[in-house]
Amino acid sequence: MAMIAIIDYGMGNLRSIYNALINVNGDPVIVSDSAKLSGADAVVIPGVGSFGDGMNNLRPFGDELFDVINDGIPMLGICIGMHVLFDWSEESNCAGFGLIKGDVIRLPEGVKVPQMGWNELRICCDSDLLSGINDGDFFYFVHSYYCVPENKHTITATTDYGVDLAAVVEKDNIHAVQFHPEKSSNKGLIILKNFVGTTKC
Amino acid sequence: MLAKRIIPCLDCDLGFPLGRVVKGVRFKQIRYAGIPWELAQEYDNQGADELIFLDITASHERRETMSKVIEKTSENVFMPLTVGGGIRSLKDARTAFNAGADKVSVNTAVIKNPDLLNEISKYFGTQACVIAIDAKRRYEHKTGKEMVDTPQGECWFECSLYGGREFTGIDAIQWAMEAEERGAGDIMLTSMDRDGTKDGYDIELTKAISNSVNIPVIASGGCGNLEHILEVFKKTNVSAALAASIFHFGEYTVSEVKEYLKKNGVHVRL
Repeated sequence: MAMIAIIDYGMGNLRSIYNALINVNGDPVIVSDSAKLSGADAVVIPGVGSFGDGMNNLRPFGDELFDVINDGIPMLGICIGMHVLFDWSEESNCAGFGLIKGDVIRLPEGVKVPQMGWNELRICCDSDLLSGINDGDFFYFVHSYYCVPENKHTITATTDYGVDLAAVVEKDNIHAVQFHPEKSSNKGLIILKNFVGTTKC
Repeated sequence: MLAKRIIPCLDCDLGFPLGRVVKGVRFKQIRYAGIPWELAQEYDNQGADELIFLDITASHERRETMSKVIEKTSENVFMPLTVGGGIRSLKDARTAFNAGADKVSVNTAVIKNPDLLNEISKYFGTQACVIAIDAKRRYEHKTGKEMVDTPQGECWFECSLYGGREFTGIDAIQWAMEAEERGAGDIMLTSMDRDGTKDGYDIELTKAISNSVNIPVIASGGCGNLEHILEVFKKTNVSAALAASIFHFGEYTVSEVKEYLKKNGVHVRL
């Protein structure tokens, strides 16, 4: 079974993602010490809390995270775990890891913020992560900010919430989702299963 | 486009080892509806968008039972889970989150100490913080209150505590706006005039609150049939509708409700 490190950066509920990965036959391990990232077959940065606090708590994992990426190990960032992969966020006016070029900005005027609830995916291009997912399938979103990648070709799916926003961004072994697959019932489990399938095990 | 949410609410009596879901019928008789995590699983299969577990016992020794209920539920049910009833401190909130809750719902404790709302949203995020407002109509003119026209006459809405047993003098519309500023991410709005009656949601209350804030509002209290749910989505801009008894006793499944809504032009997840 693929050992999947879930990074615990001290910001709350990791039980859902842990249980969901078990449900799709992964072998999740909650890791709060950066040294323990080595040896993982895949890494998940879960999505809880605010950008600034998240970055502060994640910074000690920085070197190991870059090693993981360079080694080609699959990584999945969820929600805030997606945002921290970008250059900079308007939330907390704070720099991210810059693994994907682009910024994180606030949802537009005229919609209720946060976006909270189930929204449809529009699939832009083929992706192993989205195998078995159909255009129009619903996923659970909770966020006030969204990612704007410089390279639009990295966007594999969008969702419409006042603006057509990046719901799934993928670059090599980095996968990032704005919604919460661990809260998106059966369709979310399919995505996590696909992610577990990208590991070498 | 974001779908309108259908949220079954599980009122949990935790004076039993596994807890049990109950529903008051006409305020007094209590009917037994099932074991919380089993019902939760059933609602997931039916396509519920979210679940709310309310501790109606809300005494301290029962908190452990709620943790077990949430732990057990979150093993198999992958949708947002909210815990409410008896959350009085940051520590209570943390206990709920550690058990697997995604949001906590607070009412009494934050009316008494509004700063707690700021603290919960600061530590756990606005998305994790649901403010429950239990509002009752007051047909009297009072200065400083937001008066609203209704078919029954002009009224304002007063916030109540302890399931409508105590009143605060606080205007629900003003409190909703303050709660948004303090970091609430969702408003669970219950009409104390309609709760348990099956006469339908209080449309004027729901409209007044959801037009006053920019955060999602969940309509609650009074749902007795499919038409009531359709009505609240057609006449107000609420994000979600909550119901309890129509689901617990098998009158309708969540999927039946959603199919009906979709047929009538409401955007739902099917």
